[in-house]
Amino acid sequence: MAYLDHAATTPMLAAALDAYVAAAREIGNPSSLHAAGRNARRLVEESRERVAAVLGARPSEVVFTSGGTESDNLAVKGIFWAQRSASPNRTRVLVSSVEHHAVLDAADWLGTHEGAPLSRLPVDPSGRIAPATLAELLERYPDEIAVVSVQWANNEVGTVQPIPELARIAAAAGVPFHTDAVQAVGQIPVDFAASGAAAMTVTGHKVGGPVGVGALLLGRDVACTPLLHGGGQERDVRSGTLDTPGVAAFAVAVESAVNGQEEYAKRVGALRDDLVTRVRAAVPDAILNGDPEGRLPGNAHFSFPGCEGDALLMLLDAQGVSCSTGSACSAGVAQPSHVLVAMGADDDRARSSLRFTLGHPSTAAEVDALIAALPGAVDRARRATAWKTPRG
Amino acid sequence: MRVLAAMSGGVDSAVAAARAHDAGHDVTGVHLALARNPQTYRTGARGCCTLEDSRDARRAADVIGIPFYVWDMADQFHESVVDDFVAEYAAGRTPNPCLRCNEKIKFAAVLDRAVALGFDAVVTGHHARLGADGELRRSVDDGKDQSYVLAVLTRAQLDRAVFPLGDSTKAQVREEAAARGLAVADKPDSHDICFIADGDTRGFLERRLGSAPGDVVDGRTGETLGRHNGAYAFTVGQRKGLDLRVPAADGRPRYVLSITPVTNTVTVGPREDLEVDTVTANRVIWHGAPTPVECDVQLRAHGEVVPAVVTVEGETFTARLRTPARGVAAGQAIVAYRRDPAGDAVLGSATITVGSRSAELVR
Repeated sequence: MAYLDHAATTPMLAAALDAYVAAAREIGNPSSLHAAGRNARRLVEESRERVAAVLGARPSEVVFTSGGTESDNLAVKGIFWAQRSASPNRTRVLVSSVEHHAVLDAADWLGTHEGAPLSRLPVDPSGRIAPATLAELLERYPDEIAVVSVQWANNEVGTVQPIPELARIAAAAGVPFHTDAVQAVGQIPVDFAASGAAAMTVTGHKVGGPVGVGALLLGRDVACTPLLHGGGQERDVRSGTLDTPGVAAFAVAVESAVNGQEEYAKRVGALRDDLVTRVRAAVPDAILNGDPEGRLPGNAHFSFPGCEGDALLMLLDAQGVSCSTGSACSAGVAQPSHVLVAMGADDDRARSSLRFTLGHPSTAAEVDALIAALPGAVDRARRATAWKTPRG
Repeated sequence: MRVLAAMSGGVDSAVAAARAHDAGHDVTGVHLALARNPQTYRTGARGCCTLEDSRDARRAADVIGIPFYVWDMADQFHESVVDDFVAEYAAGRTPNPCLRCNEKIKFAAVLDRAVALGFDAVVTGHHARLGADGELRRSVDDGKDQSYVLAVLTRAQLDRAVFPLGDSTKAQVREEAAARGLAVADKPDSHDICFIADGDTRGFLERRLGSAPGDVVDGRTGETLGRHNGAYAFTVGQRKGLDLRVPAADGRPRYVLSITPVTNTVTVGPREDLEVDTVTANRVIWHGAPTPVECDVQLRAHGEVVPAVVTVEGETFTARLRTPARGVAAGQAIVAYRRDPAGDAVLGSATITVGSRSAELVR
């Protein structure tokens, strides 16, 4: 068995699970005034401080949410609404063309329902954004842009963006800059304050925490209209009873991931390099997608010419090897990845791709299992492409 | 065997997959995304017939305990089934898209891909039997029998097909689904053409073929009785919606006798003129029985069965009907069956080109 899909979700760390279970046994709503409430609040606030400390934020900048999708929606829509009410001309939304759907579709929604004009930042063939293109767009639409959103690292091909540079350019133009750092935290150094971003998305289940909890780091002076209204929790930006066990486990996982990042990148990066070398040896015409250098240590993403990615996935699955054709959200039906298309890949190359992502528990034996199964699967998948030609 | 179970999200294909699994086969479930249905999916080319069907199929696969994938066959389906459906109507014929889907998608595109990927066969929930000799036979459930829409398959295709439901009635299948904890047990049967969501075939054709006004003429006198907006909207045997301005002299209802695309004419006449006793067909699939052969023929899905003498000569299939049949439409399949207490066996099939009246019948 080889689980090579850690970018989709990765197992909970034992310490995070322990923290979760311990907190789940206790009673207390952190908003309550009695002793039980105070105990819960204490755990939540300590967790907030731990998250803030390792990510370079102030505790008051940590807004707990239900995870990456909510944080992205809150940042893109919330900052858009707040900017527009302050300056009605600021209605343009600027996102990169390789964002996760949580950002892309939130921006599209603003386009459809709020009349927001949209601009997409192009990427080069390695998936990287040239900072000059952001500067250019900010110059082209002075005082029109409400929010810029660029992910820290791509969820499919693993390319890392020059976030501090992009954030600095946006800040110089006076435009709030959001970054989705869901894939980056624990993999590469991430520091909110040093990055200069106005808002940053983090989630639990990509770093060994539970699914269903995450945070938006939101600069104290960044206005953001809430998506959820109610009890006024989380600076009034995100109402809803705080998930004390989730938050506690999330903090343990983030802390552990960030503190262990360097060691992780070394170990998992070496394992990934081995995987890449051996995939290339096993399938010589495989194409590595993404930036060969500036990429996440756990990510390997290939196109296998002449194969359908979904056929390969099925064949590898049958051999006990779990991987992905793209982000899990678009799994199910074969759609060419918008990320690869934005990188200039044609439809065939986009459809022939597979993502292998490593994580904390990954072992050399799992890479061995992939290499054992891959050549046969590629052969079969190539033979199966004949089905594309309708007969008769 | 490694088998691929085509799972529509309905009760039949779910039970078929479960039985294949019970029989010890290594089963993988696949839902075919066939229709481009923007109402149910935001980006178009995903999902036939609905997102819900796909979820139902996935849930059934989970309950059975088999892997499950979605295969996007929308392009092949549109090319081979939907475009063919429209072209057939445009040519004055009445196509059967389920039959075409079996011929070109399930037991061609899907089967070919499955075999290339290392599967031995495709399992479906069709109500039909395959004899030990590989012969296609009717289901024990006469009312649900689907051998008619499978008769277009060649022996090579049938050799790679598994139909686990042929010995069961639909009621038994539903009962079994419930016992297995499959939530689709009481899901209603699908009847409509899957790519025409609202069931309005005429509207569907109008949107694709546009309006093409022409004459409705009397088959006996040649007199023009009315106008139509597109001959494709009519089917042989149709009585309603003719909108004739000239009433019949005898006051009796008139029926569509034939459609002539070249002149864009719809020919109508009294009921008895619908009767034919000779059916000619092409695109022949014949499994080798010597002809002429005394047998039964079925002229449309769920249609009556009539005794006939069938002769196959090269690419031509001729059936002399022992009793005349009505509403024989070009484009439909004619399927020949050998009567058999163990399930009538398919001798072969062909696509009807014309139904005609012999001298005896005309009298």
